[in-house]
Amino acid sequence: MTSDRPAGAGDRRRLALITVVTVAVALLTLPLVGSSYLVSVATLALYLAYVGQAWNVMMGFAGQLSLGHSLYVGLGAYVAAGIFVHFGVGPWAGLWLAVAICSAVGAFIGLLAFRLRISGVQLSLLTVAFAELARIGFDHLDWFGGPGGLFLRVGDRNHIDLLGFRGPPAMYYYAMLALAAGALGVCALLLRRRPGYYWRAIREDEVAAQALGIDTFRWKMLAVVLSSAMTAIAGVFFAFYNNSLFPEQIFGFGRSIEIILGPVIGGLGTLFGPIVGAVALVLLGDGTTEILAKAGVDLPGARQVVHGLVLLLVTIYLPNGLWPPLARALGFQPRRL
Amino acid sequence: MPALPYVANAVISGTLTGIVYGLMALGLSAIFGVVRQVNFAHGELMTLAMYGAVGAFQGLALDPFLTMIAAAMVFGVFGYVLQRAFLNRFIHRPEHLRMLLMIALAIIIGNGLLLAFGPDARSVQTSYQLDSFELGPLLVDKVRVYAAIAAVVATALLAAFFRLTLTGKAIRACADNPIGARVAGLPVAHLYAVTFGLGAASVAVAGCAMVQLIDVTPGLGPGYTLLAFVIVIVGGLGSMVGALLGGLAIGVSEALAGLLITPSAKSMVSFGLLVVLLLVRPQGLMGPGRR
Repeated sequence: MTSDRPAGAGDRRRLALITVVTVAVALLTLPLVGSSYLVSVATLALYLAYVGQAWNVMMGFAGQLSLGHSLYVGLGAYVAAGIFVHFGVGPWAGLWLAVAICSAVGAFIGLLAFRLRISGVQLSLLTVAFAELARIGFDHLDWFGGPGGLFLRVGDRNHIDLLGFRGPPAMYYYAMLALAAGALGVCALLLRRRPGYYWRAIREDEVAAQALGIDTFRWKMLAVVLSSAMTAIAGVFFAFYNNSLFPEQIFGFGRSIEIILGPVIGGLGTLFGPIVGAVALVLLGDGTTEILAKAGVDLPGARQVVHGLVLLLVTIYLPNGLWPPLARALGFQPRRL
Repeated sequence: MPALPYVANAVISGTLTGIVYGLMALGLSAIFGVVRQVNFAHGELMTLAMYGAVGAFQGLALDPFLTMIAAAMVFGVFGYVLQRAFLNRFIHRPEHLRMLLMIALAIIIGNGLLLAFGPDARSVQTSYQLDSFELGPLLVDKVRVYAAIAAVVATALLAAFFRLTLTGKAIRACADNPIGARVAGLPVAHLYAVTFGLGAASVAVAGCAMVQLIDVTPGLGPGYTLLAFVIVIVGGLGSMVGALLGGLAIGVSEALAGLLITPSAKSMVSFGLLVVLLLVRPQGLMGPGRR
């Protein structure tokens, strides 16, 4: 009897299933059918989706606005790249060190901020300040190449070397796909367990959460440390994908903003928001650049102006992001987690 | 350790720059204190004013100190309209959404400037650009002195407005208690817009002064937004005197760090100061007790 009820539960579930299968097949086969340009753009989208997801743990779930997440990307990238360049230590060992150091730094900043009850604008600025300190600091660290940059030796692009994380673009694409899917899984799991509920209670009303007996300090710390550890992994990926690191580029305030754009546009605190937002940003940004390039003009800044306009329109008209209405259209149960 | 005259020179030039910083931060402080709007586009507004001054100098041969007056008026009206017609609609949205709104504006202005003028640095070359006053062993750049004088005048006008005029008093009432102000029948939407206009005007004046001290590039915005925040937080959010003191503190410590450590470590000092202050005294030098 679903045929005469267009929005019936069965229809919705079928539509949702079709969407999931289509997206999964498209993602898995993309490097086989797509051009190398498409693969690089898709890798970028997945990368932004992943760091957005990591940032979303802190802001979207626990309500702590960090505007300095480039700190963890940069730190993770520099740690792994530094020991690779100087000691020949591969990315897998570097990954652990990067995650450990970024978690420690995240814990340190969280400890300072939450013990001293810094919140709101002050917290956001504290995170910016640490990212800026790192940017200027790395400019003066010769061991990491200073302002001239740190360069990683590029291996054989046609040979897949999983141990050294060297190989063709498709390998990086699949690695990023696995990371993004893993982050989605971890976040989905956390939201259904105790941390998710506690974080959201803190986000909505910290005093009330405390009154209910939640140790808000401990759970906010968990959010910060988890978020910084996840972001560190993105940094290691960035180092071995990009092969060159510059403090100005990686720690810049613009980078931190780029990280938050995806989840904000897609939908703060939702599981799929960071992914939808990242895809929308990359499609619109690179779409604009492509169209302009076809027209024979190269306008630096056009892409960012488009990003700014999208952010402006979304904050005005869709304060909950693109995902909730999109979810309804695709047959998913819309809910702000 | 450099000789004393060098240190004295650095302190003087840092003080003069610090006064301009103070004016810039004053705009941010007023907007935050009254409208409770975290203006993340502050540095971009200043960059816009700097391009205006460069354009006026190159196109009309106008001295930046004359452009300043026109820029204050144009930015005042622009700020008023922006707040009245646009930002006032979002007053009751959550804080982070209002911050994001300003970040979006900042991205659009900053990259719009990049689209319009390209990435190259531009500057104003006045006839007195390289002149300086000599006071015994001290050498003080003329432009720096003029810039500081202009900033002092603008600050004094602003302070007089807030202290002496009825509108100014109403704005301060609004800052103290927005609901009470509304109950008393004050036109809050209009007062918010006036405040944003004044904030924009001060940053425009600061921009026209700054353009004499540094070259302008489209990417200047975020750095100065952050600097203004550092100053305002060091001074105490919402405190006008604090913004000026914070500006001086940052100006002098930057100049000294440039001399004693290395020029590129300048902003490291200000961010270090911010971190220390946030941790030791989050309400800032002149801020009220903890909220």
